[in-house]
Amino acid sequence: MIASCFNVKSHNFNQRVMKYLKPALSLTITVALVFALNSQLGVAPPFGKFLNPFGGFWQNAESTSGWKDENENLEGLKDEVKVYFDDRLVPHVFAKNDEDLYYMQGYISAKYRLWQMEVQTHNAAGRVCEVVGEKALESDRLQRRIGMGYGAEAAQQYIEKDPESKKLLQAYCNGVNAYIKNLDPKDYPLEYKLLNYAPEEWQPIKVALLLKNMANMLSVYEYDIENSNFIAKYGEENFRKLYPDYWAGDDPIIPVGTKWDAEPGIRNAELNTNKQTTQRENTELYQNAIQKPDELNGSNNWAVDGSKTKSGKPILCNDPHLALSLPSIWYEMHLVSPNMNVYGATLPGSPAVVIGFNDSISWGVTNAGRDVRDWYRLKFKDDSKNEYEYNGQWVKTEKRIERYKVRGKGEVIDTVLYTRFGPVVYDDNFGVANSKKYLSMRWTAHLPSNEFNTFYKLNCGRNYNDYLDALKTYTCPAQNFVFASRSGDVAMLEQGKFPIRNKATEQGKYICDGTTSADEWTDFIPEGGNPLSHNPPRGFVSSANQHPTDSTYPYYYSGVGVYEQFRNRRINKILAEGKDIDFAFMQKMQNDNYNLFAEEVLPVMLACAERAGVNAAYKPALDNLKSWDYFNNPNSQQATYFEEWWVSLRDLLWDEMSDPAYPLKRPNEVVTIGLLQNDSTSEFYDDKRTSVKENRDALVVQALDSAMQRLTAKYKTLDAVADWGKHKATKVAHLAKQDAFSSLNVYNGGNRGIINATNSTHGPSWRMIVDEGAMKGYVVYPGGQSGNPGSKYYDNMVKTWAEGNYYEANFIKTGEELGSKKLFTSTYKPKQ
Amino acid sequence: MKNFILSILLIAALAGILQLFLPWWIIAPVAFVVALLIKQSGWMAFASGFLGIFLLWVVYAFTLSSANDNILANKVAVLLKAITQGSTIGLYLFTGLIGGLTGGFGALTGSQVAGLK
Repeated sequence: MIASCFNVKSHNFNQRVMKYLKPALSLTITVALVFALNSQLGVAPPFGKFLNPFGGFWQNAESTSGWKDENENLEGLKDEVKVYFDDRLVPHVFAKNDEDLYYMQGYISAKYRLWQMEVQTHNAAGRVCEVVGEKALESDRLQRRIGMGYGAEAAQQYIEKDPESKKLLQAYCNGVNAYIKNLDPKDYPLEYKLLNYAPEEWQPIKVALLLKNMANMLSVYEYDIENSNFIAKYGEENFRKLYPDYWAGDDPIIPVGTKWDAEPGIRNAELNTNKQTTQRENTELYQNAIQKPDELNGSNNWAVDGSKTKSGKPILCNDPHLALSLPSIWYEMHLVSPNMNVYGATLPGSPAVVIGFNDSISWGVTNAGRDVRDWYRLKFKDDSKNEYEYNGQWVKTEKRIERYKVRGKGEVIDTVLYTRFGPVVYDDNFGVANSKKYLSMRWTAHLPSNEFNTFYKLNCGRNYNDYLDALKTYTCPAQNFVFASRSGDVAMLEQGKFPIRNKATEQGKYICDGTTSADEWTDFIPEGGNPLSHNPPRGFVSSANQHPTDSTYPYYYSGVGVYEQFRNRRINKILAEGKDIDFAFMQKMQNDNYNLFAEEVLPVMLACAERAGVNAAYKPALDNLKSWDYFNNPNSQQATYFEEWWVSLRDLLWDEMSDPAYPLKRPNEVVTIGLLQNDSTSEFYDDKRTSVKENRDALVVQALDSAMQRLTAKYKTLDAVADWGKHKATKVAHLAKQDAFSSLNVYNGGNRGIINATNSTHGPSWRMIVDEGAMKGYVVYPGGQSGNPGSKYYDNMVKTWAEGNYYEANFIKTGEELGSKKLFTSTYKPKQ
Repeated sequence: MKNFILSILLIAALAGILQLFLPWWIIAPVAFVVALLIKQSGWMAFASGFLGIFLLWVVYAFTLSSANDNILANKVAVLLKAITQGSTIGLYLFTGLIGGLTGGFGALTGSQVAGLK
């Protein structure tokens, strides 16, 4: 009875549970589903949030037509600003004062490029792990350990000492923040939705960080660790032979034979007070070295004076070579205030025009590539690393605590030690820790400086003296500033802050001694001491990342770097021969695909191959190569053969330099050609990975075999090998490396060492030709004005760029002049 | 059948209005409440929630994307090619599926709770 009673009870209970179980289960599923679809799952976006058309990515599918004029009231504006957008979505900003002008530059830049601005500053600051998690932690740590944040803080504090700069910088930030503040999450740029985070306030430090980002791309071409390693491994004699400071036939920026005595300040060449006269021996191997950015981060610029042009007025050209990216590193703008009327390329996130022209002058930049970063080997008193040895004393280190808010993991703390020789990059906590070789880094990017002021002054500049005045305080990254004016001047100045180096010890070429002051920087090259060329008799100035000077320049600098050996000579040859130069001439020249390097190395390679004898199957390809005109045009199959063969040869010949344990630098191309031409027995011909001993000719044939096998594997037969444009398949990559948002297989010629220096990932990131006679600018860049992958202006200029065409800048004086080219007008008024 | 169509329309309309102000997941409570008030069997409730949101999301996405000539949809379809096979239609269907499942389960829960007496 009791039992049955219990059974009945239990049955009822079960029924009741069953009744509630179903809705409870459904509710659980619903809640779990919503939760899952609202969270980031690995690399996948939160699908519910991302796909819903009310707030997700569909909202970024902006309309391709129906542009309408806009009116808005903004807090912090002083006066009305009108922004006219032309048919390429280039903003022409007309403000009544400079503060409003930069406010609007910030606002408009954020409107079209916000995500890019923030991701680039996060990268510079070592904060990418806050967005993508632990996988970015090591690269973030490197950024902070080389002192990017430290340098940015120094720059920001220095900028703020100048009230005018501080005011304009703040106005720019206010503009960016005005845009962010009014931004509804549904209107966040696509990438925020994809990565599931939100934009933060824009502060002046971010402007400084962007500049340090440029410095980190461009002012890092030192090979101290690699040079020391080479000597320790292969000896001094080999080093002198393979890494010369200068070489025959070079064509520096400042023409050979220029007299230095004429320049003020030059007499101070002996300013380095370190009197050490003997070289230290390099006997130790170092395992850590920072990976250098692509050697193709370079550029071309030149200006011809009126004697060489059709119009009788100068023409200026510039094409800076950087990683090709979407959104593009550049944002095209036209800025007008009572102080200026300036047009050109801006860095989104940073005020003023960086490369451009106004109604009186034009200017452009190439990278100087000078060594401005030295490594010092330190000795600590004990494992606490509280003190380091300096001239027989123990000196205290300073500690900077770096905090990383790693997404999905929490805070990670890293302590970086600072010394008089800069931050200690490699110690027991970073790099190959057990090497016990403590290396700190002294870098001009750590110096307080105000580069904004330089660009501001250039933007307002009217003549040659304004140009010199603007440049004199410019510090880092050092650039070759080309200049031309309507009044007829052309000039080139390599400007940056350069430590005066002790020539006797070749200070800065190898690892420096950090236990004494012997290798310490004592002073910088004074104003007037930097290489300058003004209205030279040859009628033009040019630079292409080659040596700034010949060896008579009174200040010592290391020639072991990435100094260009081919583009410079090609440019100078064309300009020296050029007459009646006009826009069409310059257009052809900037897109020139002539491969001077191939002209010099291919005959040597062919001769080697012929001596050694080649596989009969490769004969037709070789015959084909013999008839090549040395143009890396997109439709050239010969260029494909050559480039593949050369890459194989380079890698086989310099296999010694790819030792993963100890970083070494490959000798440059001129040295390589010389070796192949004049030395048939060098120890470097032997491929160390094989037991047979290779000689020169055998090595060249081995390289040919390997290249041809690679091409046959890819294209089935050698006849079917793709032309250079298809084979190279230039890619303009999205900043988050998403192929879906990249421009793939861009059909284009060129390569390194060629004026059109486009390889598969790097190339001319902005092409500009300014005709001072007609007062016209022609521009193009491989991207588009909008950073939104959903905009038709995202990559609309890539094709024009690849085909070597340009757009004439609408260098208007009033908005009405745009006429039918006007897309829409935005009117901004102060909020009452 | 009348209840079924009424449910679909109500869910779509309410979800459409509320999503203008509230996060996307408001679609689940909307479907829940509609299913609570309009009596249907569990499966019919699920189907009405699924179709209500599926149609709302796909039609609105299509409207936005048409004005954009599908520039972005084509790219996102490639981005999510593991799911969409690179097809833009696949992206529309996936969008509808995500919304539909959320609406469907919300409605199913609602009808089951309504069944409790």
